Amino acid sequence: MIDFAVVDMSRLQFALTAMYHFLFVPLTLGLSFMLVIMESIYVMTDKAVWRDATRFWGKLFGINFVVGVATGITMEFQFGTNWAYFSHAVGDVFGAPLAIEGLMAFFLEATFVGLMFFGWDKLSKLGHLGVTFMVAIGTNFSALWILIANGWMQNPVGSRFNPETMRMEITSIADVLLNPVAQAKFVHTVSAGYVTGAVFVLAISAWYLLKGRHVAVARRSFTVAASFGLAAALSVVVLGDESGYALTDNQRMKLASLEAMWDTQPAPASLTLFGIPDVEARETHFEVSVPWVLGIIATHSFDKPVRGINDMVATAAERIRSGIFAYDAVERLKIDRNDMAARERFELHKADYGYALLLKRFIPDPRLATGEDIYKAAMSTVPNVPAMFWFFRIMAGLGFFFIGFFALAFWRASRHNFETGPFMKAAVLILPLPFIAIQTGWLLAEIGRQPWVVEGSLPTFLAASSLTIGQIWTTIIGFTLLYGTLAVIMVRLMLSTIAHGPERSAPQRGDLPELVPVGGRSAGGIIPLPAE
Amino acid sequence: MLPMFFEYETLRLIWWLLIGVLLIGFALTDGFDLGVGALLPFIARTDEERRLVINSIGATWEGNQVWFILGGGAIFAAWPFVYAISFSGLYLAMFVVLCALILRPVGFKYRSKHKDPKWRARWDWALFIGGFVPALVFGVAVGNVLAGVPFTLDSDLRSRWEGGLLDLFTPLPLVAGLLSVAMLVLHGAGWLSIKIEQGPVLVRARRWGQGAAIAAIALFAVGGLMLAYGDYGFRLVGTPDTNGPSNPLFTGAEAAPGAWLENYGRYPWMLAAPVMGFAGPLVALLGIVRRADLPVFLGSSLAVIGTIGTAGLSMFPFMLPSSVQPAASLTVWNASSSAMTLWIMLIVTAIFLPLVLLYTAWVFRVLFGRITTEQVRNNPDFY
Repeated sequence: MIDFAVVDMSRLQFALTAMYHFLFVPLTLGLSFMLVIMESIYVMTDKAVWRDATRFWGKLFGINFVVGVATGITMEFQFGTNWAYFSHAVGDVFGAPLAIEGLMAFFLEATFVGLMFFGWDKLSKLGHLGVTFMVAIGTNFSALWILIANGWMQNPVGSRFNPETMRMEITSIADVLLNPVAQAKFVHTVSAGYVTGAVFVLAISAWYLLKGRHVAVARRSFTVAASFGLAAALSVVVLGDESGYALTDNQRMKLASLEAMWDTQPAPASLTLFGIPDVEARETHFEVSVPWVLGIIATHSFDKPVRGINDMVATAAERIRSGIFAYDAVERLKIDRNDMAARERFELHKADYGYALLLKRFIPDPRLATGEDIYKAAMSTVPNVPAMFWFFRIMAGLGFFFIGFFALAFWRASRHNFETGPFMKAAVLILPLPFIAIQTGWLLAEIGRQPWVVEGSLPTFLAASSLTIGQIWTTIIGFTLLYGTLAVIMVRLMLSTIAHGPERSAPQRGDLPELVPVGGRSAGGIIPLPAE
Repeated sequence: MLPMFFEYETLRLIWWLLIGVLLIGFALTDGFDLGVGALLPFIARTDEERRLVINSIGATWEGNQVWFILGGGAIFAAWPFVYAISFSGLYLAMFVVLCALILRPVGFKYRSKHKDPKWRARWDWALFIGGFVPALVFGVAVGNVLAGVPFTLDSDLRSRWEGGLLDLFTPLPLVAGLLSVAMLVLHGAGWLSIKIEQGPVLVRARRWGQGAAIAAIALFAVGGLMLAYGDYGFRLVGTPDTNGPSNPLFTGAEAAPGAWLENYGRYPWMLAAPVMGFAGPLVALLGIVRRADLPVFLGSSLAVIGTIGTAGLSMFPFMLPSSVQPAASLTVWNASSSAMTLWIMLIVTAIFLPLVLLYTAWVFRVLFGRITTEQVRNNPDFY
């Protein structure tokens, strides 16, 4: 039977490896496009300082990129190693975007990334820019396909359960590709990656400016980061994830739980700014809320209600009752493939088949479930409300903070104001914040999907491989040691590369002499940059 | 709805072939990277020599490795049963391979970041492990698949694996593992023959290649004899529904010693694969003895195609036979994705695989030419 310890350990394993992987990927997403921007300026202006900047950030990109690759290898195979039943049950749908990711994205980035580092003297300027661009496109395509896969787990469109093969099978690839949840997730996630890249460049540039080192590269990088970051921060908040939250029961439950909204509110619902969710009493204490806002964000209307947790639990109980008929039909079809009555019954209730599987947490055969079992199973559709509530507030709070901070940085950079005041110091100190925002965002998305691994179709506790605790401990400890060591090495290499700073290369054929504007706000005269 | 041009049966056959193509693609490209990694500490002694070897694959190994990742993704998409059961069953073996592979990206990039000889020596061993261990374990895994693996399926099609890590190391898998190492070391030597300057490193690489070629021929022969006379092989019971739904419990199969050689009687053209498996290392050997460079690489490539082809063709239509519940064995006819998914994936592959080949070829062309000690000394971008 299901070993719940194995399930919990497998979830821990996945969370650790995915969160670790997701420290490096966003930086890759953001930095790759910033490299394209800087190298484009180099190609257009022929100023060597832009090549120096591109090469310097490229070095840091490389140090980060390889750990992203090293952790990504584990991710690609972890579905099979730790989530074998998931792989069987949804591989027909979920495997396709993953394979396409390899074919369309990984090949592109991995094939060109070598040339990006080794090809400076083998390619024309434009040719090399093209190669850098391919790397950036590749990393972003990769995000697209993995989020189509993840979006499908959140909102499994374009597929149906086939009792003959005991799995989900694809019915419409167009629906899977155009899944609104996936679209929203893609834009939101890559924008978050761009913010991460922008903060990274901004923070290190600010540090150089504070120290008065590598000023030429630092000022330019600061300016690129400020403008790119402002656009990205706006995009990440405005094109947030909320648009999908009105679509399915699980998405509605997610919305209700991140708002800790227990009861359905009359439309338009209010947005909770602060409160202390109390799971036992099913209410939220000390609530501070803004009227109307949530209703407008979530339903894009003034008259549709946003449903509360208690309401959604009642719906879940109904769907479980209906799902038991589907479960019974599937069991009959296992015995006789041609049982037409069972097939008809299944067609009638198939949308709720997954809900019956929730009962397996409490009773081996869902057909024997009591009212008590059904109530418990319905309650299990509520994700961890306090975690959702707080992670959302951390993530969204940081999102708004970035808009403000980058607006300020942009305003200063556009006036050539690179004063070494408190703002510059703050710009260094915000370096960890995008990583916190991104990790809480990921936790929000994945904790919010629980108890489902595929919404409405497959509960997480049924999806794990039949492994032993000893096996999983071995890999958790092994990967943690290996990845931990790599993290230490990586950070030290980053720091020593930053301490060393950008190299000033000899001018190439076609480069213009180095000229920089100086003198703070007034940016009047143009004089040659003194040697640093 | 997407119009479909092929029957389910045809799509399954095509995807069986395509997985073979991807695995061979992996072994042909990343295979020499693994071989070069395994050879690194033995053929290159000074730091300059090691950098010569590392930079012969430094710019391209990353793209090559995608064949492995794509292989995983494609098996997931086209053969979800095979993906689920093999990777969860070979759990700790996969863990060992992944740890070894994790060392490679960082090893290549980080080694050159410090001049300290101890730092560099440590990364050299990491690169050795990253080359040798996957080469060995992949072979052991294929050997186990040939021998049949201990999984069962219940009526929900949930799999269970009855065996641990050490149960994987029986005679046939060991022979297959050593064969895989010999083949990829030879392929690594073949790559170095065309990619680095003439000199002491190349002389040593060829010497190791010579030994690897002889070992590959011998181990391939031993493996063949074991399949012919050992207790290996499975056979279908009854006629499979080649267009039927993918449910392994709907078909029948049984253990049948010697059955892995039956396909060669049925379809004599299949003999081309084992012939290549012998001829490849032989061509490489002749190249080494005659001091011709290109034949070594062509020979080792032929060996890779022939050896992997032999394993796949011998088992057809089986993909993952079960030693404890033979009836649940996974075959080409009962373990695939739905016809719709196979068709979609085929269209995507038909568009993107040629593109991938095209730009990969372009990158190799840009980087064409032998790596020299002088470049290693002077190029600041080199590892």
